Amino acid sequence: MIRALVLLLALAGPVAGEEVVAGLSQSRVAITATFTGSRILIFGAVKRQEPIPKGVPLQVIVTVEGPSAPVLVRQKERVFGIWINRDQVEVDRAPGFYAVATSAPFAEAMSATEDLRHAVSIPRAIRSVGAPGDIADAAQFTEALIRLRTAAGLYQTNEGAVSVDEETLFRTEIVMPANLTEGIYTTRIFLTRGGQVRDVLTTGIDVRKVGLERWLFRLAMREPVIYGMLSLSMAIVAGWAASAVFRLIRA
Amino acid sequence: MQIYLPIAEVSVNAFLVFGLGGLVGLLSGLFGVGGGFLITPLLFFIGIPSAVAVATGANQVVASSVSGVMAHLRRRTVDLRMGTVLLAGGMTGSLAGIWVFNRISAAGQIDLFVQLSYVLFLGVIGALMLQESLRALLRARRASPAPRRRSHTLGDRLPLKMKFRTSGLYISVIPPLAVGIAVGFLAAIMGVGGGFVMVPAMIYLLGMPTKVVIGTSLFQIMFVTAFTTLMHAVINNSVDILLAALLIVGGVVGAQLGARLGVRLKAEQLRILLALLVLSVCAKIALDLLLTPSETFSLAPVRG
Repeated sequence: MIRALVLLLALAGPVAGEEVVAGLSQSRVAITATFTGSRILIFGAVKRQEPIPKGVPLQVIVTVEGPSAPVLVRQKERVFGIWINRDQVEVDRAPGFYAVATSAPFAEAMSATEDLRHAVSIPRAIRSVGAPGDIADAAQFTEALIRLRTAAGLYQTNEGAVSVDEETLFRTEIVMPANLTEGIYTTRIFLTRGGQVRDVLTTGIDVRKVGLERWLFRLAMREPVIYGMLSLSMAIVAGWAASAVFRLIRA
Repeated sequence: MQIYLPIAEVSVNAFLVFGLGGLVGLLSGLFGVGGGFLITPLLFFIGIPSAVAVATGANQVVASSVSGVMAHLRRRTVDLRMGTVLLAGGMTGSLAGIWVFNRISAAGQIDLFVQLSYVLFLGVIGALMLQESLRALLRARRASPAPRRRSHTLGDRLPLKMKFRTSGLYISVIPPLAVGIAVGFLAAIMGVGGGFVMVPAMIYLLGMPTKVVIGTSLFQIMFVTAFTTLMHAVINNSVDILLAALLIVGGVVGAQLGARLGVRLKAEQLRILLALLVLSVCAKIALDLLLTPSETFSLAPVRG
């Protein structure tokens, strides 16, 4: 809610009359049976009524954020010689996918205050409140979450991946891995000067399963008994058929 | 060739999964184990979420055991009466097991509990089988096989005797029922069909001939895993039918080859191989518990 308000304010008052006009190479990602990930080209231009301001250069930050879900981060500890899960922290809100691309080192492109306000960098995009009181270092758990998801290609920070021409045209490419979940992937484009946000544009990429994938997923969630029976009959028929075929081969 | 799995929500190499299915199917046909204790860790290893791996593994075991049972039925090496008694015990045991599983899950230590039970049971059973079958092999080599007299088991002394013609036994129904209950209980807790516990129990505790053991074990595994698959599909929505289809195609072919291969091998050799397999899985799990992991943190979805 607060974020939506902040966004509205930001959209309502572009300070120096610079606005983002952007396009996506695709606004839909269809997950088919042969889906292996997707590359989305995000490009656009800066619209302005006056000449290019002198001084601090224009920077562009692009974020793509997948649907969020709470996640449990567990830490193993050695007890009597064996490694077992001991402490756990529930991170209330962690996007399943989050990519940040910038045109300059992050600290240069956006100030810490603006980052806090717009929740742009990965640590800011994750919200963790209410870690149990007995856990000394709750930050360690959020760091582990980021480390694990970064290793899986789900969280990306690509500094310098946005190319800006003549302070007017910009483009970048976001690589989405194959292990995506369905949902609307919010895409934000920030224009900054001297670390201050000048304009934000928000749009969405619709990632959804299509065809057989969609049909099976729906069936499994809505009619689990029928789906279970279907899985079982497939197994029984396949087992029986293999046996029959092999008998024919031998005969 | 990459295939995106609708329930697991990951993309996997179809040929790799096909190969895994084939390998596990081969072992299944050869030894009469469902292969659940192998397929679940293997699926987890290639990046399938653990809940989906357990449920889909069960579904694949249904197919390979149906295929194996058909082959054994034709050779009349399934003791249907014994299988039914074991199954009755198995269903009772698995209901109790599911209850215990939920209690431990709530306490947050189910992973550890499952791993420790794997190490304990696989270790003990593997070691016992290896020792026994090595001794049998040496004996067979040293002298002509002495007519092996079945030692007196508990089944001879207890009441409620029943004739199991295919196994050539006339014993009380209490021990097979008890074995069924124990295996069903373990199977539900460890998320497997229980063949690796059932097979040795039938040989050593019930005194059944090895030839009949495999078919009969598969017969009961078929029903237990069908029940498990359905429960997982309904309660957790975690059966991935595409993943299962890939595993099954590989698995049924493997199971048929395994059943054929099994005829060629000697019973002692078969048991040594199974013992070694069981021990190596046990060692792998034990090492995971003992060695310092490179990453001490792990992620899990929050259950609503």
